[in-house]
Amino acid sequence: MAKITLTVNGEKRSAEVEDRTLLANFLRDTLNLTGTHVGCDTSQCGACTVHVDGRAVKSCTMLAAQADGADVLTIEGLAKNGKLHPAQAAFTECHALQCGFCTPGMIMTTAALLKDHPQPTDDEIVHGLEGNLCRCTGYLNIIKAVKRAAELQGK
Amino acid sequence: MYAFQYRKAKTLQEAVDWLAKDEEARPLSGGMTLLPTLKARLAQPSQLIDIAGLAELAGIENKNGVLTIGAATRYYQIATSPVVREVLPALASLVSTVADPQVRNRGTLGGSVANNDPAADSPAAVLALNATVITNKREIAADDFFQGMFTTALEPGELVVKVAFPLPRAAAYCKFPHPASGYAVAGVFIAQTAAGVRVAVTGAGASGVFRWSEAEQALAKDMSAAAIDKLTLAADDINEDIHGSREYRAQLVKVMAGRAAAAISGKK
Ligand SMILES: Cc1cc2nc3c(=O)[nH]c(=O)nc-3n(C[C@H](O)[C@H](O)[C@H](O)COP(=O)(O)OP(=O)(O)OC[C@H]3O[C@@H](n4cnc5c(N)ncnc54)[C@H](O)[C@@H]3O)c2cc1C
Ligand code: FES
Ligand code: FES
Repeated sequence: MAKITLTVNGEKRSAEVEDRTLLANFLRDTLNLTGTHVGCDTSQCGACTVHVDGRAVKSCTMLAAQADGADVLTIEGLAKNGKLHPAQAAFTECHALQCGFCTPGMIMTTAALLKDHPQPTDDEIVHGLEGNLCRCTGYLNIIKAVKRAAELQGK
Repeated sequence: MYAFQYRKAKTLQEAVDWLAKDEEARPLSGGMTLLPTLKARLAQPSQLIDIAGLAELAGIENKNGVLTIGAATRYYQIATSPVVREVLPALASLVSTVADPQVRNRGTLGGSVANNDPAADSPAAVLALNATVITNKREIAADDFFQGMFTTALEPGELVVKVAFPLPRAAAYCKFPHPASGYAVAGVFIAQTAAGVRVAVTGAGASGVFRWSEAEQALAKDMSAAAIDKLTLAADDINEDIHGSREYRAQLVKVMAGRAAAAISGKK
């Protein structure tokens, strides 16, 4: 067993976890933060994307023990003081989802993308979302939403 | 995943000692290959020794015409490093084509080099640039390091500490990525080095990354896509799988090599 202490959505959390516990399972099963989804077994779909020390990672492919001491942000922590993050607002506005399963991951990746590229080009958006799969939308509204999020962020 | 013990090493010596004491233990760097392997229950190590935070494996340094990159340097750190972008832009652009942003935020150069996946990108750069792999024990020339699919000169418990790239006069990498994973279906890295033109092919070899000597000779005389066009790459040693037949891959290698040559010289 590993004893870990990390910050999740601004709060210090400590727990005993099995050494093999994945960060995604720790967030979902131990902390009940079920907004982080698990969509595949192959590290490809990105539904599990969270930020670790400010960078987007696939939480299904990181051990909770590797996140000891880290600062983790999940979809539940993205809105600030009841105000949606520009990426959340834009996904709603542009109807960038159908079933919604991929959405938490898409939004976390978008939020990270906008930090590196505040005004992303189409190419930067498409390549920036390479690690996130959506089985429903065909991506067009997702790309629109990322552009809209950039606009909202600039305001 | 089968159960294992996770331990974070504080120094390189500690990691080496822990690995030496337990032959079932494995080093863990970015985990972007090892953790998916464990999730699929394709391996059952007793311990994972986390080496990602080791100071000895960190850092990017450009000195006396050699760019040295620590094994635990993550892809995104290489891709965004002003030093790498200035002195070895071909490497910065190669790593920014690996996988996707989330994988690049975790995956490391050392993990990729040690793993020697036949479809990985970094081995092509290491081999074409005539780099030296520096371990905790010795220095290994790239030509001796890669020994076939998933096989390297590393001994059990031996760790890649740094990779030293002598700066080329010019270099370029072109790959045909697998549309889902980003892995190379065929990738070609060409470098004009002090030791002549070197051409490394990844993704296509039946036994992993290899040097294409006919292309090296042709490009030494004429760095152009036309020079590649005249060559035939024997399909015998080319890999065949669901992503492509031997003949298709051999053709892709030529196309990627032609593009990389044209990127260096501007000559079609
Ligand atoms: C969805 C997805 C897409 C991908 N697409 C690509 C792609 O397009 N191109 C590509 O090249 N790769 C791709 N990869 C693989 C990725 O590049 C891995 O990050 C890389 O192969 C391994 O680096 P790592 O740091 O994650 O190593 P780890 O997974 O931590 O380790 C890999 C292996 O090397 C050993 N090891 C690690 N570090 C050392 C060291 N310093 N010394 C000795 N042994 C060591 C480990 O024990 C393990 O056996 C992809 C991976 C995923 C999950
Ligand atoms: S659940 Fe993490 S990548 Fe699919
Ligand atoms: S909205 Fe259904 S997977 Fe993206």
